This record gives sequence, C-alpha cells and structure tokens, in this order.
Amino acid sequence: MKKQYETVIGLEVHVELATKTKIFCACSTAFGGAPNTHTCPVCTGMPGTLPVLNKQVLEYAVAVGLAMNCEITRYCKFDRKNYFYPDNPQNYQISQLYLPICRNGYVEIETEEGKKKVGIHEIHMEEDAGKLIHDEWEGCSLVDYNRSGVPLIEIVSEPDMRDAKEVIAYLEKLRMMIQYLGASDCKLQEGSMRADVNLSVREVGTEAFGTRTEMKNLNSFRAISRAIEGERERQIELLEAGNAVIQETRRWDDAKGESYAMRSKEDAQDYRYFPDPDLPPIEVDESWLEEMKAKQPEFREGKMKRYKEEYDIPEYDIEIITASKCMADLFEETVKLCGQPKKVSNWLMVETLRLLKERGMEPEDIRFSPSNLAKLIRLADEKVINSSVAKEVFEAMFDNDMDPEKYVEEKGLKTVCDEGALKKAVEEVIAANPKSVEDYRNGKEKAIGFLVGQTMKAMKGKADPGKVNEMLRGML
Amino acid sequence: MANVISDETIEYVGILAKLELSGEEKEQAKADMGRMLDYIDKLGELDTSQAEPMSHVFGVRNVFRDDVVTNGDMCEDMLKNAPGEKNGMFIAPRTFE
Ligand SMILES: [Zn+2]
Repeated sequence: MKKQYETVIGLEVHVELATKTKIFCACSTAFGGAPNTHTCPVCTGMPGTLPVLNKQVLEYAVAVGLAMNCEITRYCKFDRKNYFYPDNPQNYQISQLYLPICRNGYVEIETEEGKKKVGIHEIHMEEDAGKLIHDEWEGCSLVDYNRSGVPLIEIVSEPDMRDAKEVIAYLEKLRMMIQYLGASDCKLQEGSMRADVNLSVREVGTEAFGTRTEMKNLNSFRAISRAIEGERERQIELLEAGNAVIQETRRWDDAKGESYAMRSKEDAQDYRYFPDPDLPPIEVDESWLEEMKAKQPEFREGKMKRYKEEYDIPEYDIEIITASKCMADLFEETVKLCGQPKKVSNWLMVETLRLLKERGMEPEDIRFSPSNLAKLIRLADEKVINSSVAKEVFEAMFDNDMDPEKYVEEKGLKTVCDEGALKKAVEEVIAANPKSVEDYRNGKEKAIGFLVGQTMKAMKGKADPGKVNEMLRGML
Repeated sequence: MANVISDETIEYVGILAKLELSGEEKEQAKADMGRMLDYIDKLGELDTSQAEPMSHVFGVRNVFRDDVVTNGDMCEDMLKNAPGEKNGMFIAPRTFE
C-alpha cells in the first residue's frame, strides 16, 4: 500500500502597519516619494543616532495581539538581529527575539469540518529594510531607504495548518481582523502583507514533525496555494526515493510554478541577537492594558449580531457586507444618511459586487462616498430617475465618485413627468403597433411588455415604466 | 589556552564577517579568538544564578514618540553620507538575491 502523507504548515506573516511615521524616526511612511526623500540619519543607520519608538506602533501591535487572544508581554524589549546586506544600513535590524510583545494566542478559522483554532506563537515588532535596485549597466546595486524603518509586525503561527485551504482561511481571517483594527490595509500584491510558509510532511499517524523548509516570495493567495501543493509533492518525492528533506529557505517562482533553494555559502546566517541598548524596555501596566482593551473596535462577529438585530436584511447579505471593514463602514454610513438598510444593502450586494468583479477590484478600492450613494437612493425613491437610469448613474459614480444629483441634471436623465409628452408617445406606439395591440386585446398579456418597451424607447429611457404600463392599459 | 578554534569555525566566521583571510591571518585569528574565549570563561567561575541579566544601564522605561511627521525631504544631505550616488540612490557593491 502506498504511504499516506500529512502536510504540516506554519506561517510567518509580516504586516506593514498603517502609521504616518516610521517606527524609530519622524520620517513619513507615504508611498511613492522620490528615492531617499523620506530618510534621515536614524533610518539610514548613521552612527551616533538615537531611535525612539513610535507609540502608535506599540498600540497597533497590542491591539492585534488582543484581537488574536494573545498574552501581552508586560516587560518587553527590542533586540538587534545582525546581518550584512546593503538594504539594511545599520548592519542590524531592530526586532524582538527574547521578549516579543504578544505570545500564546489563537485565531479561529472556518474549515470544511467546522471551526478550527490556529495557534499564534508570537507577534513581534520590527523595522522594514530599504529597497535594492540592481544596476546592470554599472554592475552595482542602488539603494533607496524610503522603506527602511517602516514599522512591521511579524505574526508567527504554530504549525497547526494542514492544507492550502486552511492557510488561505487563516490569512483571510488575519487580514480581516487587522483591517477592522485599521492597523494595515494588508495588500499581498503591494507587499503590505507578506507570508512565508514553513512546510513539512510526515506519514499519517506519526507524532514527530518532518524536516521543514521555508518558502518565500509569495505575492498572492493563488501563489501560496500553488507553492504549498508544489512543496508537498517535492518533499514526498524526496522521501519516497529514500532521500532526506534538507532544512532550507526556498524562493517560489510563480511564473515557472517551482521553487529553488536560496541557501548558499554566501547566505550563511548567524544573527547574534542581543538586546538593543538604545531602546529602553517597555512596561505595559494594568491600567494601560485596560485602556487598550476598551479601545478595541467592534469586530465582524459583533457586527453580524448587531446587524441582525438592527436591520431587516438577509443573513447572507450580512455575511458578505461584514466580510470587509470598508464595505461595512460604507453600509452603516449610508444607512445613517438615508435610513434604508434594505436598499443600501441591495446596491452593495448587486451592483457594487458586480462592478468590483468586473473591474478586478477589492472592496478596499471602492471610491464612491456614502453621501453620494444616499443621494442616488433618494433620486430613485422619489422617482426622479427610473431604475435602469439609476444603474447607469451608479456605474458612473462607482468609477468617478461624482454627485449623482448634478450628474442627472447635467446629462438630462430625469424621468419625464410631462403627462402630455408621455401620452403622445403612448398614442404613437399604439398607432404604430396594431398587431401587438390586437394581441393584447385578445388576452396575450405578454404584448403589453413589448408596448411598454417601445414607449420607453420613444422616451429615450427617461419615463417611469410603471406609469407607462398604467397609461397603456388605460388607453387600450 | 583552553579554547581551541577549529579550521571550520574560522572559515565560517570569515564568511559571516565577509572577510577573506590568508593562511597566516587565519592562524593569527584562531589564536586571538581562543584567548578571547579564555578571558570570557572567567565569568563561568562566578556564581551568576542569582544575577539578573543586564541589558540597559539606566532605569529608563517607556520612552515614546507621537506618530507625527516632522522630518522633511533631507535627501540631498543624506546622500552626502553615501559612498557614491546615482539617480538619488546610494551606490552599494553589487549584491545578488
Ligand atoms: Zn528617518
């Protein structure tokens, strides 16, 4: 019989925090600046400079830890991780090894077999590195330190996941919680969330772990799934052939669909961690921790419960809307303005989801404002525009967040309320379609639909179809 | 000398420190490092079981900064510290992924 293997997966997830300044200096973390325009002596590692911790970094890290059921370390320190690479100007990265800020937590994920807890080993704070550009022309490397010192937290899980689906569920859960906290936007493609996958295989039924490898350079959920499948296969093949798995770091090449080992003699590492004497220890006292706990926002579970009580909308809608903090905020703010939860939910569930899918966007990319959506709902409610015009206006608003009232005015999209004009159009349609008129009179209900359509066309779509229908029936 | 540094160790430390040592230099470094370790070993003669490891000299705690941008564009000054500059970036030795 063929041996059965089980995959054992743990994750190291780096999340870039949404602070305005870097972790140890007052430089901006904004994206898109010209090279080295967001740098200072601290984040370019000049001798004699003194790093000072950004309090917001600590608060975000504690908030994430609390959300993930962690113990908060009451006496916590930073350590230096020593290595030589030009993207790291100090020759050490300030990180936490001995006393990370959060430990021993868990998050709950949904699997096919029900709820499952994934353990959080620790969460620590650290700084990001600069960006290296390889200059083929000059045969040298060029360094931009704008990202150097941008705050990160690294969330280290226990090896509790068993397949790619669980890994994706775990990452989606982390992303959602962190977005709810506003601690990061967690975009894999843009690098504000990065996941390294530690994976080993073992025969089903064995207790001991196999030798693991660490996979880097995974920029999408799809790449993560494929890398997990590929690495599982590679390790099983090695074991079946009687070879050993080597503990190493591997780089995933998504274009080729394969990984290769990164470790070489030049990459030999010995980080020689030691406490950073420049950064005084952090003491988290009881009152401060209580304050932090009180500041935790309402998470998805709480929102779902509250929506069920407060709004008369389907459970399925609640699930979709609360899956994204942006969507939930948009929903609540629009409802506050127009007081119509069912209609707001409909616009989000149907047109918004359709356009997001068509444009390949995430809910976080939505640009239109709650006030504009509320205005559009009012325009449709008051029958200033009909429903197909409303969809057209919505699409324009989705793309450009313009004021729907102004747009309708400018483009002349208002429903024509002039009875005379409508009556004239209906008369013309009746005269021009004797066959359908006869069909209707002979009891063919369908014919009325055609006549309504013809009238709407004559009115260039700017009539109220209900009213047209009513008028047609009256005149026939 | 109680501590003897092996050829493998000095080779490995050389790699970590990105140093290329000649045969003669390696022998010298082995002897120096052995003596350093001997010196440190003196600590082992003391009973430190009751002593807290010390990482900070001053009793200062919780030194924080507010999350407010006060640094402007200092690119020009920062590049003065660079060994070389091109397109607003620091020139560094060629490195591979
Ligand atoms: Zn700086």
